[in-house]
Amino acid sequence: MERYQVLIIGAGPGGYVAAIRAAQLGLRTAIVERAELGGVCLNWGCIPTKTLLRSAELLRQAREGADYGLVLDAPPQFDLQAAVKRSRTVAGQLNRGVRGLLKKNQVSVLTGHARLQGQGRVVIEGEQGVQEVSAVHIILATGARPRALPNFEPDGKLIWTAREAMTPPALPNTLTVIGAGAIGVEFASFYATVGSKVTLLEAAERILPVEDAEISAMLAERLRKQGIDVRTQAMVESKQAQDDGLQITFSEGGAKHSLDAERVILAAGIVGNVEGLGLEQTAVRVEKSHIVVDRWSATDEPGVYAIGDVAGPPWLAHKASHEGVACIERIAGLVDAHALDPEAVPSCTYCHPQVASVGLTEARAREHGHAVTVGRFAFVGNGKALALGDSQGFVKTVMDAHSGELLGAHLIGPDVTELIGTYALGRTLETTELEIMRTVFPHPTLSEALHESVLGAFERPMHV
Amino acid sequence: MAIKIELPSVAAGMEEATLVRWVKVEGDQVSKGETLAEMETDKAVMELETEADGVLGRILVPGGSEGVTVGTMIGVLLEPGEDESALAAFQAPSAPSEPAAPASPEPETAPEPQAAPAQNPVSAESQGQASAPEREGRVFASPLARRLANEYGLDLSGIQGSGPHGRIVRLDVERAREAAPVQAAAPAAASIQASSVPEGARVERIPNSGMRKTIARRLTESKQQVPHFYLTMEVDVEEMLALRGRLNAKSSGADRKYRLSVNDIVVYAAARALRRVPDVNASWSEEAILRYLDVDVCVAVATEGGLVTPVIHEADRKGLAEISGEIRDLAHRARAGKLAPAEYQGGGFTISNLGMYGIREFSAIINPPQAAILAVGAVEKRPVVRNDQLAVGNVMIMTLSSDHRVVDGAVGARFLAELRALLEDPLELLV
Repeated sequence: MERYQVLIIGAGPGGYVAAIRAAQLGLRTAIVERAELGGVCLNWGCIPTKTLLRSAELLRQAREGADYGLVLDAPPQFDLQAAVKRSRTVAGQLNRGVRGLLKKNQVSVLTGHARLQGQGRVVIEGEQGVQEVSAVHIILATGARPRALPNFEPDGKLIWTAREAMTPPALPNTLTVIGAGAIGVEFASFYATVGSKVTLLEAAERILPVEDAEISAMLAERLRKQGIDVRTQAMVESKQAQDDGLQITFSEGGAKHSLDAERVILAAGIVGNVEGLGLEQTAVRVEKSHIVVDRWSATDEPGVYAIGDVAGPPWLAHKASHEGVACIERIAGLVDAHALDPEAVPSCTYCHPQVASVGLTEARAREHGHAVTVGRFAFVGNGKALALGDSQGFVKTVMDAHSGELLGAHLIGPDVTELIGTYALGRTLETTELEIMRTVFPHPTLSEALHESVLGAFERPMHV
Repeated sequence: MAIKIELPSVAAGMEEATLVRWVKVEGDQVSKGETLAEMETDKAVMELETEADGVLGRILVPGGSEGVTVGTMIGVLLEPGEDESALAAFQAPSAPSEPAAPASPEPETAPEPQAAPAQNPVSAESQGQASAPEREGRVFASPLARRLANEYGLDLSGIQGSGPHGRIVRLDVERAREAAPVQAAAPAAASIQASSVPEGARVERIPNSGMRKTIARRLTESKQQVPHFYLTMEVDVEEMLALRGRLNAKSSGADRKYRLSVNDIVVYAAARALRRVPDVNASWSEEAILRYLDVDVCVAVATEGGLVTPVIHEADRKGLAEISGEIRDLAHRARAGKLAPAEYQGGGFTISNLGMYGIREFSAIINPPQAAILAVGAVEKRPVVRNDQLAVGNVMIMTLSSDHRVVDGAVGARFLAELRALLEDPLELLV
């Protein structure tokens, strides 16, 4: 029986990064995966959807090309299958990349379904047969899957999950997206741009409910301008089959409505993959379909850890990776191991306009008892944004009025998913407003909007 | 073969120390006897010297690590001619055979772990980076930490940073601000709980050094457990001052051999008095009173870190000039934190002199396990009665604090009388 110091179950962005870190630290490491290396993120999530959204962005720009002096002989056409093919090619490339990285770091890759047996033993059932291995430390990184709603079970045909939505056989004329979190909003944005009539249903009172309220409000306005029917406080109730899809009944603020949709995308949250792992053999606790862990990702079972989506929100690849690294460094006894600060995890949504944030929203900052100073700057006052022809949006910076601590930043607009890293770094370095004000942001760039939003909070804006 | 550098035991009963800082960095050439690092026990800061020539190959326990146990491998020394490959054995992380991380979930509010227990030698690279936080000169602190420290009135240089490379971050400042309960390590620690400060009071927090904690613990124990009583006596030091003047006059000029202070003479006289009344030169134990056969006198020295009591061994057998020179040297090195353990351990009796500060008289707390301490005040001109005549005399007040379990009132009084006789008629010192 092979014995490892670290065995990781699940090769998504949490698992494979943890495996590489473990190998770097000289730990004898194996990783088990029953599907694709890279997990949902690389194969069925982050990367393929960003690839599709890039296609939509090019299409949008081509349509607006005339304003920029771009003369096309005919209006641009969209080839959905070419876009999907490119998306799959990119995913495949990254998948091979992960395989190469694991090999280079001498991580053993075991294929199959892993099941804990207790006392550090794990049985792996694969196509090649069944093998048993043991490990001192076992890290569960099994990820999550879309949550089904009553009457709305994904069927792969009419009711899609993200997986079907990124490999559509044809473009639906009408599409209903259930759930306006990052995944739902991105698909709504993509399909609306490439030609579907999209309805976006959100049960909460605003879309992107975890983002700052001002951001949600502006995004709803922008999406509506693009022709998306955005409904909030909308609960789906039932469906009825039709010749060309489904008729969906939903309630909105007490009133019942119905709509026709050729296809439905289910994006109403996720549930952790906690089944079939043999957790009943252990003291591992599961609550609300997620494994309960401490800040170092340790479960109630000594020697068993859980990271990433299966260990709870936020369900983000970079959160999983950081938890994996922290967990491994803790196991290795590194003095400078650093547990993930949940408030330091940025979130990004790649619709148009893009949304990005880190830290506390203004409302949560006030709930935490902070007296806050808020600065805002609209991209319409930013030269680079105007040059790009993409000046809808703003930057909002939330600071502690007393200490100047950077509490949160909330952005909507051009390339803000790239800008948020600056704020994330600032938070990690414990910046105050002074350091941001004293930083020289290059001109002309979108990053000047960060500077201006902080200057604005202290009534020192230059371009307002 | 590369040589392990282990935390040495430099004093009896020493179990752990704080590795204050590394003086050498990885790659430095060192020769036998050179200082590698500084460590602080509960008694003093001392230097850790290399026992062989070579190159400091690896630092395994970073500077600033507290509670490093004796025998912990803190670094690796390469012998002359060896190259880095010899470090390979020390490079790999200790492959954990047991779950290293605590299994029980920590509360959400748990503070960041201290720069982890130093007994956990791991990845040399990261250790190396974290080593030797720069405690002198520039203080590395985050902007937020600086601002908060300023607001709370805290001195950053007194705060231990937990961030990368020992950088002080917000959490460190918040922790320093909270009235952190003193570690309940020693049983008596309960008695040294932090006093609560009135809410809203502006305070500066000075984290307790190992030495400060020891002083607090030992003196609290002493005052609570040792039944003190006090005897005070006035001494006419006219003759003693005259003698001192004559002696010092003989040793003037450039190549002066000695310069006696009043305290030097008091120490010598006390040593002689202890020889005459040996009951005072003793310690209490449950089974027996332990009377010291040698007269080893401690002299209290105020240093920046706190009170230190270096020992003048066999003070009754030394000459005045020798005692004077020894006290000067010990006091100087005590203030520099360079005393060897043997120089401040032991002693049967202590003398504390606050005369130079103009204190007329005071009573001191016994320095356990000793049974008595002499508190010496300033020499002052005062009306005295000599041969039934009022005169202006030079007077000094001495107070003896005694442990009544060992020293009865009459015994203490006899000691003081002997001492007074020696000081008032210093010719007695010759016999």
